[in-house]
Amino acid sequence: MNQVKTLFEKIWDTHVVVDEPGSPSVLYIDLHLVHEVTSPQAFTGLRAKGLKVRRPDRTVATMDHSTPTKSLSIDLSDMMAANQLRQLETNCAEFGIPLYGMDSPERGIVHVMGPELGLTQPGMTIVCGDSHTSTHGAFGSLAFGIGTSEVEHVLATQCLLQTRPRTFNVHYTGQLRTGVTAKDMILALIARIGIGGGTGHVFEYTGEAVRSLSMEARMTLCNMSIEGGGRAGMIAPDDTTFEFVAGRPFAPKGAAWDKTVAHWRTLPTDEGATYDREITIDVAVLEPMITYGTNPGMGVAISQPIPDPAQEADTTRRSSLEKALGYMDLRPGQPLLGHKVDVVFLGSCTNSRITDLRQAADLLRGRKIADNVRMLVVPGSEQVRRQAEAEGLDRIFREAGAEWRFAGCSMCIAMNGDELQPGQYAVSTSNRNFEGRQGKGGRTFLASPLTAVASAVNGTITDPRSFL
Amino acid sequence: MQSFTTLTSTFIPVPFNDVDTDQIIPAEYLKVTSKDGLVEGLFQRWRYRPDGTPDPAFPLNQPEYQGAQILLAGDNFGCGSSREHAPWALQGWGFKAIISTSFADIFRNNALKNGLLPVAVDAETHEQLLEMSTESPQLQLTIDLATQMVTLPGGRTTTFPIDHFSKTCLLEGLDQLGYLLKQAERIAEYEQAMGK
Repeated sequence: MNQVKTLFEKIWDTHVVVDEPGSPSVLYIDLHLVHEVTSPQAFTGLRAKGLKVRRPDRTVATMDHSTPTKSLSIDLSDMMAANQLRQLETNCAEFGIPLYGMDSPERGIVHVMGPELGLTQPGMTIVCGDSHTSTHGAFGSLAFGIGTSEVEHVLATQCLLQTRPRTFNVHYTGQLRTGVTAKDMILALIARIGIGGGTGHVFEYTGEAVRSLSMEARMTLCNMSIEGGGRAGMIAPDDTTFEFVAGRPFAPKGAAWDKTVAHWRTLPTDEGATYDREITIDVAVLEPMITYGTNPGMGVAISQPIPDPAQEADTTRRSSLEKALGYMDLRPGQPLLGHKVDVVFLGSCTNSRITDLRQAADLLRGRKIADNVRMLVVPGSEQVRRQAEAEGLDRIFREAGAEWRFAGCSMCIAMNGDELQPGQYAVSTSNRNFEGRQGKGGRTFLASPLTAVASAVNGTITDPRSFL
Repeated sequence: MQSFTTLTSTFIPVPFNDVDTDQIIPAEYLKVTSKDGLVEGLFQRWRYRPDGTPDPAFPLNQPEYQGAQILLAGDNFGCGSSREHAPWALQGWGFKAIISTSFADIFRNNALKNGLLPVAVDAETHEQLLEMSTESPQLQLTIDLATQMVTLPGGRTTTFPIDHFSKTCLLEGLDQLGYLLKQAERIAEYEQAMGK
């Protein structure tokens, strides 16, 4: 009888090229995604060693982190960003790597563009010099972020040295209530296990609540795996997955499609396979979640008050909480609902896909954002932008008083001039509320697109269910 | 890669838990195309006050800690973004090792590939080192990689974990890419066999 295996184990085992005692496994990488910020030093390394890119056909580059969102011209970036973007053009041309550059109609945030083009497929190993590569795990692939040395390793050998991670089953039972989304599911997990809770593990998200999510929502869930410390996050592929991938430019076609889908159907975790760790979360009782602190684990249900450090028994955790509340200028016990908001950011690889924009626009239709609020809507890719414009979503955002931009990472990482001013409060659909992440001195509340829109309308943190 | 065998040095405490790589080096410093000059951005948000002057309360700005090559960090150090600029910036300052109770996965990988040694110790040792570093910044400790041993000021010793492969690469100053390049033939065989 065959040994029962998890989804992770099936992919891992078929990608190990060499496994020598005393050394980490040599893991084959099916798809390597590249962007401007974490790759220049890797190409410099290749040049210094006289190496070529082993498989340019398994490598795809785009520009997203520091690109302008007010125009599609590199010249409008600051000098250093422009230099880095031009360096990526030079590197891709020299090493024969396909690049979706500023003028490409398919360009987008790397974790939005890959799935959109059908590059991301079940069963693959996928890496990128970006920690949110875990997003692609939504398709039943093993996808994780790597550093620049590892980018060089993959460019040169199409392989990585990896120690086998442990597995962690995150089982979501029940059905989400109206106004509660995949973003709230992942924020609830991280609040529960902490930002180091998944260190050394790969999450597999299972259960009926996951099965009923759209692909876009599954990507939101997998996207923030790293914020729970996980190396990757995965969801078993099913008909929802196959329907999403079918017909995309890089998806298999014709007879090859049927054969491939038959293989993909063998990937889900076998009955009886076990995980190193497990947790169960009942989504039926979840409320919209929001963060109050300076890491994604500092989150609560939106109706809850801000935690009191005095109630925290562990002294280091207490001082972390005090430090976070000091930075955020929030008082323990105070409600988050009704707190003033200066900026609302709808975008990032977490929540910038067409379904996110539709959900947000639906809630905003016929409403206006508050006078004191600046709202930025930044689609995840140029394809998302055009689709939203074809549906008239851009008009809803603009008429409500929001700014409608070109695709990019924008205010999630604040490298391109889209940033908070010191002291400002933002409700953001992105993935990190670290000190200064969205601009020096800026303060971030992470939440879902629905919570973001409701808060933009009222100018204060608002439970979106009051609008539904 | 620079080799790491043994190191005796004073140590600087930055003992907050969950220090993310955005704090180690903020994103505005990531627009470079080389590994140089990143030290300017190291702990930028904490090293400098809003008016741009050094914050005297931050340990890296205090004269008694200058010259220390060991950072004494808090739990889950280096979480968040995969930016390798974090270890590069720490090395730019002169750090050769970081002691904590635990490290985030990607940071740990990145550090090891650059010859920056992550040393995970138990909570009690960590606490003791923290007390020593605040009370007597002139105290030195020794890290010996071959025996995987930390000798605390006063002579108490404790061990730390590291995988055999990374240890060998560090001791001999070997770039890990060399090992992968030697596998070229087996990689080609794998590609052929799997139809890749």
